[in-house]
Amino acid sequence: MEPHEEKPIIYTMENKPIVTCAGDQTLFTALYSMLAQQLPREPMEWRRSYGRAPKMIHLEANFVQFKEELLPKEGNKALLTFPFLHIYWTDCCDTETYKATVKEDMQRWQNVLRLHGSTDWLIVVVESDGKKKNKTNILPRTSIMDKIRNDFCNKQSDRCVALSDPLRDSSRSQESWNSFLTKLRTLLLMSFTKNLGRFEDDMRTLREKRTEPGWSFCDYFMVQEELAFVFEMLQQYEDALVQYDELDALFTQYVLNFGAGDGANWLGSFCQPVRSWNGLLLRRPIDMEKRELIQRGEASLLDLRSYLFSRQCTLLIFLQRPWEVTQRALELLHNCVQELRLLEVSVLQGALDCWVFLSCLEVLHRIEGCCDRSQLEANFSHTVGLWTYATEKLKSLGYMCGLVSENGPNSEELNRTVDLLAGLGAERPETVNSLQSPYKKLKEALSSVEAFEKHYLELSHAALEMYRAIGRLRSARLVGKSLAEFYMRKGDPQTAQTFLLDSLKSYTAEGWSLPVTHTRKQIAQCQKQLQQTEDYLQTSALLASDANLTDEERKHYCQEILTFANQASEDKDQRMALSMSAFAQLRELRFRPATATVHVGASLQLELRLCGLMPVPVRLEQLAASVHFTLEQPGARPGLAGSQRRPGVSPDGTVTFPATSPSYGSPQSSAAPALELYEMQDRSPSDNALNSTGVVCKNVHLLLRGNDSTSSLDTPSASASALTMEDGAQMLKTNDVTLLPGNNSIVFTAPSMKPGTYTLRQLCATVGRVQFVLPHIYPIVQYDVYSQEPQLTIEPFTESLLAGLPQRVKFTIVTGHYTVKKGDALQLSNSPSMPILHSSSCSARILSSTGELVGESALSIQASEKVTSISLPVTPPYHTLEFQLEVLCHIPSSSVRAESERLTNGEIRHRPKSRTRYNSGMASIDQKVSIDCPWSIYSILISLTFYTPFRAKHSLLSAGKRKYIQVCLQNVSDTNFRLANQTLVECQPTPSLELLSLNAKAHQLVYSKQCMYSLWEMKWSSELPPCLQCVFAASFSPAEAPDSALKPYSYEFQLERVSTLYSMKAEIQPAVGEQQCRAGTLCRLEVSITRLTEPSESEREDEEATESESLRTTKLMYEVVDNSSNWAVCGKSSGLVSMPVAAMATHKVQMEVMPLFAGKLPFPSIKVFKYLPHSALPMTQPDTDSCLENDNLSLLDKGLEDQADTASIRSRGSIHSLGSGEQQQPRGVPMPRLEPFSPGQVFNCSLARQVLVLPSTDDHVLEINVT
Amino acid sequence: MAVCVAVIAKENYPLYIRSVPSQSELKFHYTVHTSLDVVEEKISTAGKAMAEQRELYLGLLYPTEDYKVYGYVTNSKVKFVIVVDSSNTSLRDNEIRSMFRKLHNSFTDVMCNPFYNPGDPIQSRAFDSMVSAMMVQSS
Repeated sequence: MEPHEEKPIIYTMENKPIVTCAGDQTLFTALYSMLAQQLPREPMEWRRSYGRAPKMIHLEANFVQFKEELLPKEGNKALLTFPFLHIYWTDCCDTETYKATVKEDMQRWQNVLRLHGSTDWLIVVVESDGKKKNKTNILPRTSIMDKIRNDFCNKQSDRCVALSDPLRDSSRSQESWNSFLTKLRTLLLMSFTKNLGRFEDDMRTLREKRTEPGWSFCDYFMVQEELAFVFEMLQQYEDALVQYDELDALFTQYVLNFGAGDGANWLGSFCQPVRSWNGLLLRRPIDMEKRELIQRGEASLLDLRSYLFSRQCTLLIFLQRPWEVTQRALELLHNCVQELRLLEVSVLQGALDCWVFLSCLEVLHRIEGCCDRSQLEANFSHTVGLWTYATEKLKSLGYMCGLVSENGPNSEELNRTVDLLAGLGAERPETVNSLQSPYKKLKEALSSVEAFEKHYLELSHAALEMYRAIGRLRSARLVGKSLAEFYMRKGDPQTAQTFLLDSLKSYTAEGWSLPVTHTRKQIAQCQKQLQQTEDYLQTSALLASDANLTDEERKHYCQEILTFANQASEDKDQRMALSMSAFAQLRELRFRPATATVHVGASLQLELRLCGLMPVPVRLEQLAASVHFTLEQPGARPGLAGSQRRPGVSPDGTVTFPATSPSYGSPQSSAAPALELYEMQDRSPSDNALNSTGVVCKNVHLLLRGNDSTSSLDTPSASASALTMEDGAQMLKTNDVTLLPGNNSIVFTAPSMKPGTYTLRQLCATVGRVQFVLPHIYPIVQYDVYSQEPQLTIEPFTESLLAGLPQRVKFTIVTGHYTVKKGDALQLSNSPSMPILHSSSCSARILSSTGELVGESALSIQASEKVTSISLPVTPPYHTLEFQLEVLCHIPSSSVRAESERLTNGEIRHRPKSRTRYNSGMASIDQKVSIDCPWSIYSILISLTFYTPFRAKHSLLSAGKRKYIQVCLQNVSDTNFRLANQTLVECQPTPSLELLSLNAKAHQLVYSKQCMYSLWEMKWSSELPPCLQCVFAASFSPAEAPDSALKPYSYEFQLERVSTLYSMKAEIQPAVGEQQCRAGTLCRLEVSITRLTEPSESEREDEEATESESLRTTKLMYEVVDNSSNWAVCGKSSGLVSMPVAAMATHKVQMEVMPLFAGKLPFPSIKVFKYLPHSALPMTQPDTDSCLENDNLSLLDKGLEDQADTASIRSRGSIHSLGSGEQQQPRGVPMPRLEPFSPGQVFNCSLARQVLVLPSTDDHVLEINVT
Repeated sequence: MAVCVAVIAKENYPLYIRSVPSQSELKFHYTVHTSLDVVEEKISTAGKAMAEQRELYLGLLYPTEDYKVYGYVTNSKVKFVIVVDSSNTSLRDNEIRSMFRKLHNSFTDVMCNPFYNPGDPIQSRAFDSMVSAMMVQSS
């Protein structure tokens, strides 16, 4: 390649850094190809100033012959033409030649360089063996190198390089090539760093001067672009792009400052009116025309922006970032429009649209040119913005130039078109031959209505498809809407409607009310044009109820419906069914009566609350609700039907319907139905016991399909065709209703002729030819009509019935379908234990089914021996008859005898349950009443429960040999009673026994839950019978009614073994020598047991006495127990004594006890048991449990906290084990056993006695043993 | 600053949308609705990367000739959209962020109100006045 002669052409791709070559040209020419090939082979690391990251760079160079003109003159800043390195080539190898010519030549070369201040040079000495051989007077290589180094390289010995045998293919030559190339690269990079650094510094200085008046952006632009060019030349596209981005930012900042009022002078040139709008040009690497304009300072804003962008685009494409181009393009276009506005540049209307349109397409073409189809498809999201923008712009051009109207453009519009086309200028040479250039497209599109339509649709559909492809459906629909508007202007409502309906679906689905309204209005327009009457009316209804519209608009749409409705139609049957949801809303439905359950023939009213959505009052010819009737289930129990709560019906009989807005609102409320949960109980059919219970969701089918938004959100217009009025047999109807805007209340009277369930299915409002139908009423609204069997119940009038007193009971007869005729009577079988008391003033109340009092009439009651007959007043069906009767239940004489059967009709039934009422402890008596009713051939058996108001207890008290009987009468009822005449008598009087009353004679009050005690002393002369049967009797009456007759109460009981057998006396004495007992010191306990009576007859027989020789004795066991831990019993605490069976026989036992505390201590308790030797058959089980348990407890207590005599504890423990062992013995095995005396047989003289214990003198040495 | 502020429920229906009265409300409704496309796109791409540390601020959703639409999405997928006039060039990214933060705080207050039923349109006066303040600053 020949070195360049003239100024290199700046054509970026071919530019390489310039390296000049001086010296032996032929030598260089021989090496050139090798050099050019080898130089870029290996990358070099380029370390950069200003902390910029080092880069690996492949160096290339353009080698040119050295000429002085190539060296830059002072002040010339051109970088592209700057020679970065100067090389001198020589293959001189003998000193003569060197001295003669070469040195001189080099000297000259050096001088020129020095003159221009260039320090980047290199001298290459090429050696070849061939040359050496020929000459004899050859100096060694080194010497010539040394000479050169000596002569030229003062301190830079590296500026001289030897290249040996470059054209040979030997390892030596390879090696020398490598070192040469490395040197060359290093020096080149050094030169770059140095020269670029200097350039950048200069550039920065220039930039800093930008506030000075004469500064020009265009000049600066050229300087920085020079740098960009160099980077591009070095293939550092990133760095090149940075330069342009900096320029871009700088310019943008100036424009913004201008907007803020800080205008720079040079900006004036950019504010010139826009005369040309031919769009971006991205097909050339450098748009020289525009560059020259900038250089001359004549560029307009669009020129500058276009040029900048074209450069950025080129670099971005080099960098393989085409998608950034599209993004930047969109920003640029938006920005330019804004900047022109900001700078108030005058632009012909539509010119910018042209510019943007052309630019968009140009960018897209450029991108399409460098990407394949699959890449494009994957990146629709980057290009679609440009497509849409172009579409919008074309659309606005179309509107502006009258290309969208049906009539074509008028003259003004044509003029405008001509002006716009003029600004486009001539087509650029690059695209003249292409058929699809943006320029051609725009020209064609503006040329005719048809061509415009073609291009516009093409673009729109392209954008639409791209949006769909990348899933931006909302954007696609917006494009669709814009298309729809176009079609409507073109008079094609059919196509427009499809787009609109699609959009509407999405807006409704997502609940955007304003777009919904707007789209609906457009749809209405289409439908009107298409004469789709039904759809149009439906849409009108929706619009008329749309709160987003003004009143006038709403009225207009409402009028449209009414006008149609009132048109006389030739065929009357042809009615238009529309969905009611837009017309009126069912808000609430109220039943009267609230239970929504009536008997056959009764009146049931249904109040409908309809919210009218029309803006004006609308007269309805008819409002009808169709009713579905299901026959009553034969198995359904009439009693339960009424009490069953219907789902959705509130206690006051109201069904509230969820408010759904027909046209908008959050899609949640309308789409997803609320969860409807019901309690479910499964009862066994036989005894009504609960088998299982749970919660059931009744609208699962609705909830589960809720996610499928398309199906749940059926637009009313879509489902309108499905609206057909059911031909229900039953109808609720009201005629001539005026439906006002807002809430309306409409009352229906529901049919109730047949028993069964009536379900409201549909609602239909008729306005002329139009019917508004609510196809489903949900939640389900039902009412029941029932037919009921007559029923009789008897309930206590008060909370509970008390035995022994006259009590009121309430008879309730629910007549059901039965009519009580004159002469009908209830027959009650009498019972001796529960007579019916009839009072003269007995009247019956007749109530209607809703609980209103209808009438009152007297009852006549006739009683015979067997039956009481109550004749009933005449009562209509489905009424309630109530009356009260007084009954009396005799108290059974004693609880023992309560077992006897008490049945009024003589039937033998299971015994009445004598229960104890929860909490109160009242004994109860079940009383059955058998009743014959006029409506049934069977008797009804009704059970009444009476409670005994009293509970009696008796006890035997002793004082030595004297005996007393105490009776405790507890009032367990809630009533206060007056008591009188307490008596106690024996059942079979014993002549020798006298019972002496010690009670007050007067009446006494016994308050609720309180007791009254009565006492009798027993006096007897001869021996007492072993068993005494006594009857306690008293009279009582309620305290509140002092006049009422006293009623008897009696209590039977039995006493056994009354007389005192033994008397027991305990004595505690202080230790010897002490005056008083002291805590902690042992005292003596003496127990003396004395037999008081001669052995009686009975005793001789049944008591197992041991006859030892002549003296008869019984064995007794005593036990000293202290439960309150006052005493420690030392030694044996229990033992056996043999008592002679004779009066006044005494036995004394002594033991030692220790008081544990000071003070008045009660005596330890002493117990005496009968001791039955093992031979005796077990008669009764001794009750040792309580005593043992107590023992156990005290044992623990003692062990823990008290100083205790271990011996005593051990002995007690043995008793314990003995007792328990005894218990564990199987029955029948002969073991000695203990039997307690019956109360009164042993009299304890020292019961509750106390002894004074003084505190211990040396408390502080008290030792505590814990075992 | 803002010409339109919108709060959009997780299910993409508007909870609150307000625009400057001088311009067509309908246009903003369309703009905001369309921007949901980009919001969803951004959520789905960002969501996969790191659901945990996802930045709530979505940045510029898309520019139009006249407006810039910015998006923000809360962790409960409630979207905030702010539309800003393109000519208002003084607005920096940071200011938009702080506007969103303010909006989010105020929205949180609304949600904390025990009388507010989540999912209902926002009618809070405090929220409204906060949005008004945001829109007033522009003019």
